[in-house]
Formats: sequence, C-alpha cells, structure tokens
Amino acid sequence: MLKTRLISCLVLRNNVIVQSIGFRRYLPVGGAGISMEFVAQWDVDEIFLVDITATKESRKSNRDLIASVSKNCFVPLTVGGGIHDLEDIKIAIRAGADKISINSEAVRNPAFITDASRRYGSQCIVVSMDVKRDESKKQHEVFADSGKAATGLEAVQWAKTVEAHGAGEIFLNSIDRDGMKNGYDLEVLRRVSEAVSIPVIACGGVGVMAHFVAGVLEGRASAVAAANIFHHTEHSTIVAKAYLRNAGIPVRLNTAAKYAGFSFDD
Amino acid sequence: MNDKLFVIVDYGMGNIQSVLNAFAHLQCRAILSQAERDLEKADAIILPGVGAFGEAMSHLRELGLIKALNRNVLKRKKPFLGICLGMQLIGLDSTENGKYEGLGWIPGHVRLIAVPGGWKLPHIGWNEIRITGETPLFESIQNDFNFYFVHSFQMECADRYVVARCNYGVEIAAAVQHENIFATQFHPEKSQENGLRLLRNFIHQVQARERRLC
Repeated sequence: MLKTRLISCLVLRNNVIVQSIGFRRYLPVGGAGISMEFVAQWDVDEIFLVDITATKESRKSNRDLIASVSKNCFVPLTVGGGIHDLEDIKIAIRAGADKISINSEAVRNPAFITDASRRYGSQCIVVSMDVKRDESKKQHEVFADSGKAATGLEAVQWAKTVEAHGAGEIFLNSIDRDGMKNGYDLEVLRRVSEAVSIPVIACGGVGVMAHFVAGVLEGRASAVAAANIFHHTEHSTIVAKAYLRNAGIPVRLNTAAKYAGFSFDD
Repeated sequence: MNDKLFVIVDYGMGNIQSVLNAFAHLQCRAILSQAERDLEKADAIILPGVGAFGEAMSHLRELGLIKALNRNVLKRKKPFLGICLGMQLIGLDSTENGKYEGLGWIPGHVRLIAVPGGWKLPHIGWNEIRITGETPLFESIQNDFNFYFVHSFQMECADRYVVARCNYGVEIAAAVQHENIFATQFHPEKSQENGLRLLRNFIHQVQARERRLC
C-alpha cells in the first residue's frame, strides 16, 4: 500500500534556514546542513528545500549548497527557488536535487512547465502555488514572487492548468496560514486535491500534530508538509507519524523509535 | 574502500548525483561517466535515470554506448543495476510519448500503469514491496519493506523475471533480475536505510563475482 508522505520543508533565506510567518516575518533557525541532517535522519519521507530570496535577488539556486546538503540525503530532495529555465533545472539536478519546484516562472510562462516535464519527466516537476483567500469572492488567488505579486489566477483553475501543462505534483501553500499554527486551509486543499489527478502536497499552518491528520482525511492531500513545527522540536517528525498512524493513515515507520503514546501537544 | 570500479552511466538524464552520493556513502569507488572506455574498465555498471524513455534511448545511441553496454553486460556478464528508467530501458519497448525500442535484455514491455479510476499518476511515494522471486537484493531487510517510487510507466514482463512486486491499484513489477542483470523500479538511492542495504547487497554481488573468477 502506498504510504502518505510526511515532508519536511526547509525555507532558505539568504542561505540561512528560517521559520516563515505570513510570508513576511522570518526567524533564523540555522545552517542548511545541520537542519538537513536532522530531518534526513528522522522519519521524514521527503525534503523540500526552497530558497525564497533567489527569485527576488535574480540569482540562480545555490549549486554548492544543494550539493552539500544532498550528499547525505537518502530520501527524495525537491529544490525550489530561482528556477527560471531548463539550465537552472539541469544545474539543480546535477547538484543532487531529485525534483524541482517551479513557482513564479510557471505563472509568467506556463509553457515552461511543459518544456521541463518533457525534458525531465513530469514526476520531476513540482509546481508550487502560494494562495491567499479572497473573502469577497469566496475563493483563493495565486500569488507569485514569494507571496508578493497577485496574479489574478484562481487556485483551482490554476491547479488544473498546471496539471494540463505536465506538472507531476502540486505543492499548495497557504499564505494566510503560513506560521499561524491554526492548521491547513482545508477548504482550498480539498478543492484543489479533488480537481486534479496529480498528487497534492499540503503546506502552511501546522501548529499541532492533529493538523497533519486533517490535511489527509479532510483536505484529501496525498502528502503533508510543514516547516516551522519541525524546528526546535526534538523528534517532531516521529510524533507526526505517530499521529497519522493512530488516525488509521498508512505511513512508513522506519526508525527504532516507539510510536505509541505520543499525545503531549493536545 | 572497495577497490571495484562502479561506473554510473551519465547520459544526461535524471538525478545521477544522488546515485553517486549513495555509492560514495557506501565507500565505493564510483564514477559518473559517458565514456565507452570506462564501461570496458568497469567491474559493475549502473544505469540510473529519470525522464522520458525515447529521449533516454536516443542519448545512449548518440553517445555510442549501446554496443558497449551490450558487450559488457550481456557478453562479459558484468553485474548491472538499472534504476527506475534504467530498469525500463532494459525492456523491449515503451509507449511513452510514442513507440520506442529499448535495450531488450529482458523481454518486457514498458506501458503506462493501468491504474483504476481515481488513482493518481505518477505513482509517487513509499510503497511496500513483496518479494516474489529468488534474489540477493533484499537480504537482511526485515520488517519494513518500503521503498521510494516515482513513475508513471512500468515494465510488464513474465513472472520469472520479477523478483519483487508492489500494489498500486494494480500489480507493479518493483524489481526484476536475470542472471547478472538487476533492476529496480523504485529508487534505492532515495529509500533511506532499505535502499542503502539493497545497494550494499548489489555491491556484495560484485565482490563475490570477482572471487568466483579468481
């Protein structure tokens, strides 16, 4: 049986791993190497490394940094931030990335998704969508450039578009929920998950472990991701797996850790 | 340090650095190469790959590697490990984006996974395999048999080649073996402890072969 994936998201800002709050405030965590080593050795199923200042500063993703963190990363590594053309993808993959995440460039030029998936296979191409709820319209809008630029695109429609262009997965992040600890935006998550036939990864807002469970059961996500909750909390990935398993969701259990009896954060 | 030379075929497709990282982690002398002469020197050949079948075959052809692969794997019987697309390429043909001929080492056809309605493709994530044939690949792996898969196409071939299967709405060939030819649809280099264990088992095969020849 296919397992529900638990993904650790590492947010890189000026080459430092940070906790992000509302896409506006950032708390430094530390070097990428150390953060990577922690999550790769815990029970996390995949790592998503995103450089949120690469596009803004018009620079490419950091080849040396990807190479150094991927060296001891034996779970899949997705790299995003500053990916604008096929050459950028080639560099990131050559440095050790397994998958590539495209965000702003997909909005500017959807044909890039097609080119990328033709060249590298759709399973290699993740499209990230940063969405914000529009109360007046009761729908969600997609934002580019690290949540700064409104695109006018409606989330569900955009998800269908990126699927049609050949995206292999969608990484759906809620700007409203980012760092708020009040859970995933389950409404948009469910609507997007049900609208496409490619896997949808939920991100943004996990504050307690039960939020992961809700993301799967109510949001219908194929995989659940979080960033902040995994920092400064020893073995939090293992606790997350315990929660998912106790809710009857199939997960991969791989360490010698005991999964029973975790309930301290309710 | 293991003195055997593991040549990872670099034909411009996919996450080969990850494969090199894994062999390096296991203290192997491994190199990425697209040179025919390195295939001749190799003690073992690894064909990784993520991407489209047709493009991969045309890269191998343009690099002039097909004859060298056939000679070293089929004739000289060097241990071979195909990973993901590298497993599919040893089949007879594929219908990914058209119809393309493969290396034809195992009489299998690469076809889109015929998932039931509502099942998502690509098949991405950790799935449990069942061992269905004789193989040293899974020695010492206990309890947890999850490996990381990411693919939309799969090899359809006779049961006698299939040494492990998994289920994703339909049965999927997770690993095949024929004499010195080993291949996995999943990514051992990205399957944490289980994957490293499998690679170690492959490395042991390479070492054992040398001892037999002595």
